[in-house]
Amino acid sequence: MQDFLEFKAISKGYPGVQALADVSFSVKKGAVHGLMGENGAGKSTLIRVLSGDQSADTGEISIDGSTQHYRSVRDAFDAGVIVIHQELQLVPELTVAENLWLGRFPGKAGVIDRSRLTNVVREKLSEIGIEIEPGAKVASLSIGERQMVEIAKAVMADARVIALDEPTSSLSSRESEILFSLIERLRSQGKVILYVSHRLDEIFRLCDSLTVLRDGKLAAHHADITAVTREQIISEMVGREISNIWGYRPRELGDVRLEVKDIAGRKLRTPMSFTVRQGEILGFFGLIGAGRSEMTRLVYGADTRSQGSVSVDGIEVVADSPPHAIRGGIVLCPEDRKFYGIVQGRNIEENMAISSRRHFSPFGILQPKKEAELAEQFIAKLRVRTPSRKQDIVNLSGGNQQKVILGRWLSEQGVKVLIIDEPTRGIDVGAKSEIYEILYELAAQGMAIVVVSSELPEVMGITDRIVVMCQGRVAADIERDDFDERRILAAALPDVANASELPNQQVQ
Amino acid sequence: MTSLKKLLLGEQGLVVIFAIAFAIVAATVPNFLTERNMLGLLQSVVTIGIVACTMMFCLASRDFDLSVGSTVAFSGMIAVMASNATGSIVLGLIAALLCGGAVGLVNGVVIARFRINALITTLATMQIVRGLALIASDGRAVGINDPGFYQLALSKFLGIPTPIWVMAIFFVIFGFILNRTVFGKNTLAIGGNPEASRLAGVNVSRMRIWIFALQGLVCAVAGVLLASRITSGQPNAATGLELSVISACVLGGVSLAGGRAAMTGVIVGVLIMGIAENVMNLLNIQAFYQYVVRGLILLLAVLLDNLRSAAAGRRG
Repeated sequence: MQDFLEFKAISKGYPGVQALADVSFSVKKGAVHGLMGENGAGKSTLIRVLSGDQSADTGEISIDGSTQHYRSVRDAFDAGVIVIHQELQLVPELTVAENLWLGRFPGKAGVIDRSRLTNVVREKLSEIGIEIEPGAKVASLSIGERQMVEIAKAVMADARVIALDEPTSSLSSRESEILFSLIERLRSQGKVILYVSHRLDEIFRLCDSLTVLRDGKLAAHHADITAVTREQIISEMVGREISNIWGYRPRELGDVRLEVKDIAGRKLRTPMSFTVRQGEILGFFGLIGAGRSEMTRLVYGADTRSQGSVSVDGIEVVADSPPHAIRGGIVLCPEDRKFYGIVQGRNIEENMAISSRRHFSPFGILQPKKEAELAEQFIAKLRVRTPSRKQDIVNLSGGNQQKVILGRWLSEQGVKVLIIDEPTRGIDVGAKSEIYEILYELAAQGMAIVVVSSELPEVMGITDRIVVMCQGRVAADIERDDFDERRILAAALPDVANASELPNQQVQ
Repeated sequence: MTSLKKLLLGEQGLVVIFAIAFAIVAATVPNFLTERNMLGLLQSVVTIGIVACTMMFCLASRDFDLSVGSTVAFSGMIAVMASNATGSIVLGLIAALLCGGAVGLVNGVVIARFRINALITTLATMQIVRGLALIASDGRAVGINDPGFYQLALSKFLGIPTPIWVMAIFFVIFGFILNRTVFGKNTLAIGGNPEASRLAGVNVSRMRIWIFALQGLVCAVAGVLLASRITSGQPNAATGLELSVISACVLGGVSLAGGRAAMTGVIVGVLIMGIAENVMNLLNIQAFYQYVVRGLILLLAVLLDNLRSAAAGRRG
């Protein structure tokens, strides 16, 4: 078979960064093609160029032998290229059928032909094997079903090339299975599928061929995926061999540093207690909604406690607000960096100094020189990759943003307890191990560290002990020597019969 | 075209627009560029300029204050009545500052502690405070007994009237607070991301209360100067001031979505508002048209804000 979709020497630069440099590869008709790379490797930019959302600086895309000159998403759509993003583009208040026809409703003089509206959709849906009622409101569908509707939309529009960006990130394993069989049916109909994912399992299971990007350049192109190994792909993505990304090292543990006793609040009703020792890294694992983040917010004083106490080195911390917790030596790196961590529109320096500047700002007057020194010090120490400390934090990658937030707390005085919620969500492999290294170093200095994560391999890889939470309660407390994947999962599941609803674990 | 766009939507875009507008007006409108008219123009923007200093903080922290016009009228009123009653101008001024500060404090506490939307809260206090001013004066203007009170607005220093000096000093002070103090940085941080700021240890609700209290105090200063200039306490003074002030701020590049503000921008915004009005007066344009023009300027300001954030988004 011949090459159907071709990228020819695509380059695209943004101010300060070359997102894509001379990327060329091609995909055959009727193939599922994987696109992998770390965050910031250029996958999203490539997808944006393909979707017509952004135009390449140089280079061109050709489909079925003809060079495309589209300049907008609409043009790309007309050329048969449709990109399905992580954030779905459906109107929740309209029905499935209405969503599929949106923008070009059938009918005369503005009056919609309702029977045609539904019937055509029903036909199309059954043709590709999707079992969804056309009359159902999109709001009533699960995320997985909504994704099906998005794909049906692409099929309705006679798309020749469908790109899926991290389609399984919010699907359960069962929903993912349905998606995979749909993708396989589309392949047999001769469509070209571009599949962007971090998950190696899925890539191996679905894809015929694979392209790996690194730092905006083509790192590898595999026309036949059966000829490559996992290890090979990972080292292509990272650009170096990573033997053990966890790099766990045992430490001497000291006395009890953090003692949490019977805390409860509005969102965490059952009182909860635990302790963390000096130099210990304690992991919290549980499914979404198990109450882990709620627990961290109670300890930090971000939510109001209805009962219980928190003490550090035996001294009670009146943590009814974050400033109190910080003065008591407890700091928090929150889960969702975009909403709870970074201050958008402010630069690295300001994001770092936001709390610690009170120590060196007499009468509240800023000392720009000291802030600059502090920023430079932690940019170097934590190896934040940025052209300058004046860079707006939103322009940094997830890993570097996390380092800035760590810098915010490391520049504080007398921090004894670090709570870090989802330390590496949305962070690429290389930066992950750097962040783990920072945590090990802090623990070695005697800090008590609480790591909350929904990635089981991560919690098992880096912590000394794991507290498993389930439905707002402590379900198990397991020492490192007894770590066992099945035991931890079993404790985390409220009901073993629901095991198939378990969210996918990130593959390392 | 693109370089022109960059110039107009960039950091210094406003200053460029202002310089062009000023040059055109100076060249075409007779009597504009005279010392007398310039001082008159500055005098006319004193109220807007002073109140804009703190409105800038309010908007930068993602809040909103509609009650400023009423507070200006109310505190001016109180200044006149208190100094008439006690025979002491100083006591009158103190009373005005206390009342203005109190209104701001109430706004702040209701908004920050009881978490009521700032728009609704200040819409309510705007009406309550205006009502109080009307009740206190029985709806009539209150004349000033002590001629010394007039001197607040009439006195000059180095040939420039005191109110203009006050405005200039406020510009300097609040410019310093915004750029060089923890208070200013925290204001911008709250506007950028309130929840992240809170988790980073910024006491967000205390900051908001302070911002509103300051706003009330500053309104009181503006109210006193206004009362002195119009030689009486007028319960209906400064109606619609809130909109002019917000227009000036937005025109000056303060983002309504919070997190973005600059003192120079606000100064230029205030001056643009003043020039527009001044020119229409010089050209004998009927007062009715001035409403239309003011509305158009506001619309332009919001459009500009929109274009500018879009441009900033693209840059990022």
